[in-house]
Amino acid sequence: MTRPTPLPPADFSVESSTPKARAALPAAQLAAVQAILSRHAGQPGSLLPVLHDVQDELGCIPPEAVSVIAQAMQLSRAEVHGVITFYPHYRSTPAGRHHIELCRAEACQSMGANALAAHAERRLSCHFKATSADGRYTLDPVYCLGLCAQSPAMMIDGQPYARLTPERFDAIVEQLDEVRA
Amino acid sequence: MNGLITIYVPRDAAALAVGADAVARAVEAEARQRGDQVRIVRNGSRGLLWLEPLVEVVTDAGRVAYGPVAPADVPGLFEAGWLRGAPHDLCHGPTEQIPYLARQQRLTFARVGIIDPLSLADYAAHDGWRGLRRALELSPQQIIDEVKASGLRGRGGAAFPTGIKWQTVLGAEAAQKYIVCNADEGDSGTFSDRMLMEGDPCALIEGMAIAGLAVGATRGYIYVRSEYPHAIAALEAAIMLAEQAGWLGDDIQGSGRAFHLEVRKGAGAYICGEETSLLESLEGKRGLVRFKPPLPAIQGLFGQPTVVNNVISLATVPTILANGAKAYADYGMGRSLGTLPFQLAGNLRQGGLVERAFGLTLRELLYDFGGGSASGRPLRAVQVGGPLGAYLPESQWDIPLDYEAYAGVSAMVGHGGIVAFDDTVDLAHMARYAMEFCAIESCGKCTPCRIGSVRGTEVIDRIVAEPATRESQVVLLRDLCDTMLAGSLCALGGMAPYPVLSALNHFPEDFGLAPVPAAAAD
Repeated sequence: MTRPTPLPPADFSVESSTPKARAALPAAQLAAVQAILSRHAGQPGSLLPVLHDVQDELGCIPPEAVSVIAQAMQLSRAEVHGVITFYPHYRSTPAGRHHIELCRAEACQSMGANALAAHAERRLSCHFKATSADGRYTLDPVYCLGLCAQSPAMMIDGQPYARLTPERFDAIVEQLDEVRA
Repeated sequence: MNGLITIYVPRDAAALAVGADAVARAVEAEARQRGDQVRIVRNGSRGLLWLEPLVEVVTDAGRVAYGPVAPADVPGLFEAGWLRGAPHDLCHGPTEQIPYLARQQRLTFARVGIIDPLSLADYAAHDGWRGLRRALELSPQQIIDEVKASGLRGRGGAAFPTGIKWQTVLGAEAAQKYIVCNADEGDSGTFSDRMLMEGDPCALIEGMAIAGLAVGATRGYIYVRSEYPHAIAALEAAIMLAEQAGWLGDDIQGSGRAFHLEVRKGAGAYICGEETSLLESLEGKRGLVRFKPPLPAIQGLFGQPTVVNNVISLATVPTILANGAKAYADYGMGRSLGTLPFQLAGNLRQGGLVERAFGLTLRELLYDFGGGSASGRPLRAVQVGGPLGAYLPESQWDIPLDYEAYAGVSAMVGHGGIVAFDDTVDLAHMARYAMEFCAIESCGKCTPCRIGSVRGTEVIDRIVAEPATRESQVVLLRDLCDTMLAGSLCALGGMAPYPVLSALNHFPEDFGLAPVPAAAAD
């Protein structure tokens, strides 16, 4: 039996009033966030779309952006922070160069995903919900990519891959490195 | 070779995941080199997913299927004469005659895999917009009567009659009403929503526009999970085309009726597939489940009357309006009328999408369509209806797939996702996973789900590890499941016990308990 993935420790860092959390966003990032906010002005219930755009543009939602977003949308910082931390998709620190999301759900488990997950951790020298020390890979669990008839499956930087084996996994990861080099 | 030949290479994520883009590039390059005139169309998937990438060549005898095609196969396929539909090791003959497809009853998926999803001309040529055209001539009550008469029930899993939900929203007085499509297809083993959105996005747009006309809603949202980037792209492109062609907007086809659609992207929370959590998320909040009542039909999105329906429910409405309620209700059995796109997943040789009328059995799906296990080992357990669905032992594989028949054995048809496991599966591990998944995905609002799921994993760990206290821990687990079933606010905590209890009841040996006697297995 494989070991269960432990739940991530709670992260309260953003809401603590440390100097870091109060620090200002760099000017270029601030301009990007403000442009996104004005683009969504008047759109009902727009917090998730705003956060998606910020993350797409900046690679993450920097803790320093929380108060900017909160103020513009007339929300409390707690509300914005609460939304960011509720949804697994949002991240407060940038991912590694490649974001690897490996499916851990039932259909993939029926085709050996647990063994593949252990293999992936070894190959990438990286645990789930973490980034490798060299900053190359962020490995995340995902609960279903809708590729359940071709399990196991994963997504790398938005590209889907299915019918994985440890060998095919290694070949795909090697290709990623080649493209970068 | 003379004349322009059309070649279909799917753009469905399931095809892309096994190299369809590289195949399309290889076909194009090889054709250019040989001087053959080809037109490559990127269609949806036919749903024969073990054959992806499934490439089809349009010949005088119709579309001929080749698959699974790798880029390295392409020169050989040209050499063999596939542009004329010639035989080859990868050739499966005319696509429509492949038994897996020929034995299906495709109503909702009639166009998926056949048309170019982003060609309105293709859509219109294959019966597209006929349902909406008819709806524009009917009164709201007449549209709803048609949907009621079809017997359509919510395909997301809850199976609530669609027409009755619409009736409630029609009867609610409000200046602004909404149609919300739940496209947060998070259940493992399900992919029909994804395939439909990628392969025939206009069907969903048409269904939502009809729903808008029926209840008097002028705005709609499609909430799609972030794990489905290709579906989001297809929908956004299709909505733009539909707006340009006047099928969406302030004045649908000159009728003076308005309907606007917007795609919203989820952010990885499974709980947002629960309708009230989804509404919170659409409003820009954490996806905490709401108390019911009030029902979303009375107070839904932004407090206004809202229809919340699954992708398949809404995408089925156009065919009901176009061909009449009776044509749809003629399929199925009992109170489960029409068809369901079943999704064969997990350890099966021939996984894919099978749209059939209700009433067939799991055994037919697993063996006649699925071809048995992919591993070659005997199949042992099948989870039906997603992570909150029961594990069915072989003794239950002959029960007809029908909402009521499944409920009768504490199982659920749900969204029609079927995940098969061979005899290497450890059901105690899968039961523990069900509790663990519930703990990870719980919104945290109610105690039975938030705490119960964590305690559930601990109790199962003890059952497996400590023989001395096993019997008493099993009593505790059953008691905990009872609390979750009866006391949870929504289906996550309220149904997570189903996979756990079914594993415990049908596969006790995996927990270190005495096996079920053969005679009692039924």
